Amino acid sequence: MRVPLSWLHEYVDLPAEVTGRDVGEKLIRAGLEVETVEESDLTGPLVVGKVLTYDDEPQKNGKTIRWCSLDIGKDEPQWVVCGANNFEVGDLVVVVLPGAVLPGGFAISARKTYGHVSSGMICSSSELGLGDDGTHGIVVLEPGEAVPGDDAIELLALRDDVLDIAVTPDRGYCLSIRGVAREAATAYGVELKDPAGLRLTGSGQGGYPVRVDDAAACSVFVTRTVTGIDPKALSPRWMQKRLLASGMRPISIGVDITNYVMLELGQPIHGYDKARLSGEIVVRRATPGEKLMTLDDQTRELDAEDLLITDDSGPIGVAGVMGGASTEISDATADVVIEAAHFHPIVIARASRRHKLSSEASRRFEREVDPLLPRYAAQRVADLLVDLAGGTLEADETVVDTHALPEPTTIRADHSARVAGASITIEETLRHLRSVGCTVEPAPAGAVPAPLAAGVHAPATEVGGDDLLSVTPPSWRPDLHDPNDFAEEVIRLFGYDNVPSILPPAPGGQGLTVAQRRRRRVATALVGAGLTEVVSYPFTGAADFDAMGLPADDPRRTTVKLVNPLSDEEPSMQTMLLATLLRTAERNAGRGATDLAIFQTGLVFLPKGESKPAPLLPVEHRPSDAEIQTLNDALPDQPLHVGVVLTGSRTPTGWWGKGQPVSWADAVQLARTIASAVGVEPKVRNGEVAPWHPGRCAEFSVDGKVVGHAGELHPKVCQAFGLPARSSAVELDLEALITAGPSSIAAHPFSSYPVAKEDVALIVPADVAAAEVEAALAEGAGELLESVRLFDLYTGEQIGEGKKSLAFALRFRAADRTLKENEVADARQAAVQVAVDRFGAVQRVG
Amino acid sequence: MSGPNTDYDPVEVTPLHAEEVERTRDEALKAFTEAADLAALQDAKGTHLGEKSPIALANREIGALPPQARKEAGQRIGAARKAINEAFAGRLAVLEAEHEERMLATERVDATLPWHTPELGARHPLSLISEQVADVFTALGWDVAEGPEVEAEWLNFDALNFLPDHPARQMQDTFFVEPAGSGTVLRTHTSPVQARSMLTRKPPIYVVVPGRVFRTDELDATHTPVFYQVEGLVVDEGITLAHLKGTLDHFVVSMFGEGLEARLRPNFFPFTEPSAEVDLKCFVCRGASVGNPDRPCRTCGSEGWIEWGGCGVVNPRVLQACGIDTDRYSGFAFGMGLERTLMFRNGVEDMRDMVEGDVRFSRQFGMEI
Repeated sequence: MRVPLSWLHEYVDLPAEVTGRDVGEKLIRAGLEVETVEESDLTGPLVVGKVLTYDDEPQKNGKTIRWCSLDIGKDEPQWVVCGANNFEVGDLVVVVLPGAVLPGGFAISARKTYGHVSSGMICSSSELGLGDDGTHGIVVLEPGEAVPGDDAIELLALRDDVLDIAVTPDRGYCLSIRGVAREAATAYGVELKDPAGLRLTGSGQGGYPVRVDDAAACSVFVTRTVTGIDPKALSPRWMQKRLLASGMRPISIGVDITNYVMLELGQPIHGYDKARLSGEIVVRRATPGEKLMTLDDQTRELDAEDLLITDDSGPIGVAGVMGGASTEISDATADVVIEAAHFHPIVIARASRRHKLSSEASRRFEREVDPLLPRYAAQRVADLLVDLAGGTLEADETVVDTHALPEPTTIRADHSARVAGASITIEETLRHLRSVGCTVEPAPAGAVPAPLAAGVHAPATEVGGDDLLSVTPPSWRPDLHDPNDFAEEVIRLFGYDNVPSILPPAPGGQGLTVAQRRRRRVATALVGAGLTEVVSYPFTGAADFDAMGLPADDPRRTTVKLVNPLSDEEPSMQTMLLATLLRTAERNAGRGATDLAIFQTGLVFLPKGESKPAPLLPVEHRPSDAEIQTLNDALPDQPLHVGVVLTGSRTPTGWWGKGQPVSWADAVQLARTIASAVGVEPKVRNGEVAPWHPGRCAEFSVDGKVVGHAGELHPKVCQAFGLPARSSAVELDLEALITAGPSSIAAHPFSSYPVAKEDVALIVPADVAAAEVEAALAEGAGELLESVRLFDLYTGEQIGEGKKSLAFALRFRAADRTLKENEVADARQAAVQVAVDRFGAVQRVG
Repeated sequence: MSGPNTDYDPVEVTPLHAEEVERTRDEALKAFTEAADLAALQDAKGTHLGEKSPIALANREIGALPPQARKEAGQRIGAARKAINEAFAGRLAVLEAEHEERMLATERVDATLPWHTPELGARHPLSLISEQVADVFTALGWDVAEGPEVEAEWLNFDALNFLPDHPARQMQDTFFVEPAGSGTVLRTHTSPVQARSMLTRKPPIYVVVPGRVFRTDELDATHTPVFYQVEGLVVDEGITLAHLKGTLDHFVVSMFGEGLEARLRPNFFPFTEPSAEVDLKCFVCRGASVGNPDRPCRTCGSEGWIEWGGCGVVNPRVLQACGIDTDRYSGFAFGMGLERTLMFRNGVEDMRDMVEGDVRFSRQFGMEI
């Protein structure tokens, strides 16, 4: 809502010198979201001039300019060049002089043009920010309106600050000058001259015939008729100026007046060309198949739920949203039927959504308009049509009114003080409630406080007795019904700044959960390993899956999809972090970061298969546990994953020698790092799954459940994402790892007896996993084994084709004694034997 | 020890001859002093302290002396050996120190050289600030609560008093999940976790909720469709707006420094009543830039205050929908955007830097913000 300060001045007795910024500041403190205050950038000198002489001088470019002398109240005439010709000698015009700045920052100086030095300029309406006055020329003032030399800024009220207010949904009444004026009056503690405080001249009956078939959707419908207007009449400058300042384009006298009154009072008005109406106006719901061409020249299919204004010809408007083209006021309209109605906000909100049509009218009706306004608004429109367009107002008036007035709410007199935790006296409470327009009386005997007054029975600041008030909100505040609604009004006027600041003592907490702590540790461990955390959007699509080489039937292609994705190419929520993390790597590579080590943690979204919609449960009470379960059942599984991408060099080449390129082993090792950061030792074996290299992928599992993979990316994947060859990646179900982590770790005593070291080299078939051989040794060695570690891997001629040699260092130690040589030898042999039995391992000697 | 030296054959040093012992001693001391390095000293040690050295041989002969001579000879030899040993140790210490000094000097390196192990990586600043906020509130005894990102519409909206036809529901540009009518959305705020907390916990409830949220905004310098919020919720007996102010003041001080405070401006949110916008006193100019054109402040635009988030007293309708006894309990809630917080706190000028995943953005922060 854009509010010109001059318009506020008309209805609120603000201090004369007050600026838009001052008013904005006060309104912000009262709870209006004043987004900007546009201060006029117009500066003078801008004066009234009287045309003394002019010469028309044709130019080579085909134009004719006027070389004019003007009386601007000084001894010498002012000489200017003017391109317009809609004035005569003796006319009063507006002259801007060198040194002035016109709206839009247009600085004026004396300049040479068309062979003259023009000391200023005669102004057109649009140059003054007054809109198009229809002359396509300069502004000619009425004779006697001013004398030469008068300040034109003051005369035409050209300098006007404009407040731009973002009206919140509960403050529909502030979509009007009337509403903002009320807040300003309260904020400055001055009287409001209610712009709706008009004398009604209508008879209340006999106006244009109207029948309302759906009183719940349309509780008030008023018509007035004005005949014989001059449709060619121009809207006065002041009206055009205010419409422009309010962000509306002046169109014609009839339309401008309805818009002006809507802005002023907040009541949307529709004007019909009476000659184009046929028969009774009927307000009803649409029947399927009906169509209507709206004012924006679009033909709209109507829905059975749409509330329509109709006449004998069919639909002539979607109620409260937009009128129809067939009955609109035109520049030939002489007789106007004015409609001012009250529509149910939900009906209008739904229609506006259905037709994707948000109009000035629908925005107001959605937030509910004062139901008492229609007669006054219609009167105001009629009065202006009579005054400005020369029409005649009929006394006959149609008034359909079934609107119920607001009910009182019973609240404790100290409710506001209790909600605030501040000492707000009963007197202050009454004063503030009344200033927002509430009627406040003592509650009748036997009344009980309204429900939803949260916490009033809890011990709170003692500020008053247990008196009960009966509070009736004003007609323009349909948002006020619960006790806290009234409390907000009182507290905002009491001043949020006056509420004390008290830190509430929470009961003892337990700190972060185990899972929260472990997530931090994983991140810290990865950063310690040199990785950089990034974020990326979770949106993905077929192109990503194709680039990752996922087979057509890969379950990860089954996704949670969005109805309205940002991009049709990415309609899905990611089922794996790498889908988006690889794109992030691609972007970094494209920006020159080819040696990359990045990670991300985030949710992935795994559909549950068949799932029922999540119901919209009632809000009047807590849903049952079963109902809450249905909500959760409708959601996909959303486990937390961690993803890593490594590209280029893992360590750089430098003065120490050659660097190391990223390898599958770096990825696998990082996966191990992640697992050990949460205290888990996963089982590792070779895996074969996209997007990894089929021969260079490790599969990680915990308790028999696969929790992810690590290794080198498939060459095609590197290519598809524009990453260096041998780029590697990890993706693990971090949630599963965290859950598998120990609840606590029992300390083991460690032996102070000497260690016995034994090395074992085993030749095994090349496809036997080192991890399995290691496990076999550990199993066979028994409890004397302290540790086993692979220290060498050899393939080559000495051991033959298809074989490899694995060398392990075994350390034995007993808790209670020094091991004897034969004990160690036996344990070693037992270890080797399991490897021999399991894999046909042969001990390598020498 | 050997027995009496029966075939006594006085050689080289006669233990009884004091001058002989002194000469032997002086020769040893001279040799040690003249030893120029550790190798020469070791040689001299062999000559003058070794098994075949005169003093060792003399010592061995003591046992063969007549008993009446043994004491004096023993003392004399003992004193000489002590002097020789001390001389050796003294010279050894000197030479070792010299050697070490030379070695350390030759081993000098350019300590500014880089090394090949990976440098420390970096957290994303949004993670760091989330964790910092969580730490501020866990220190107060609050819990850190979480919830899903694909969320039931009822929890995202209805339970929070965003009713289906209310304009506020339309104002949150929502991603809907297929099929249309699934009743699920990408959460538009962290507030469904409020509802979940109330549905699953019993008061007193003190939770802080950092998390990722979604709205159908196009990415530009000040908007992103995927962003992070942090939200707080308290439900307890006797909770008032004053408690909200106290909590926000504490939060402001914890995040931005001593002496700062929060300011509330009335506003509207469906889930709180009364509701307010939270402003933060500018931590850079502390208000000194207001009306002071000579000292403009970029951080707050010379307003003295920075818009930070929204807050309010929990609307009793929300408590009711979530099964909290509205006679007994009241609450407050607040929420802030973390991207916005980083923008003004750390001078990030373009929202896109935060979401594009360029490693340079994270790396400039490292592990601190």
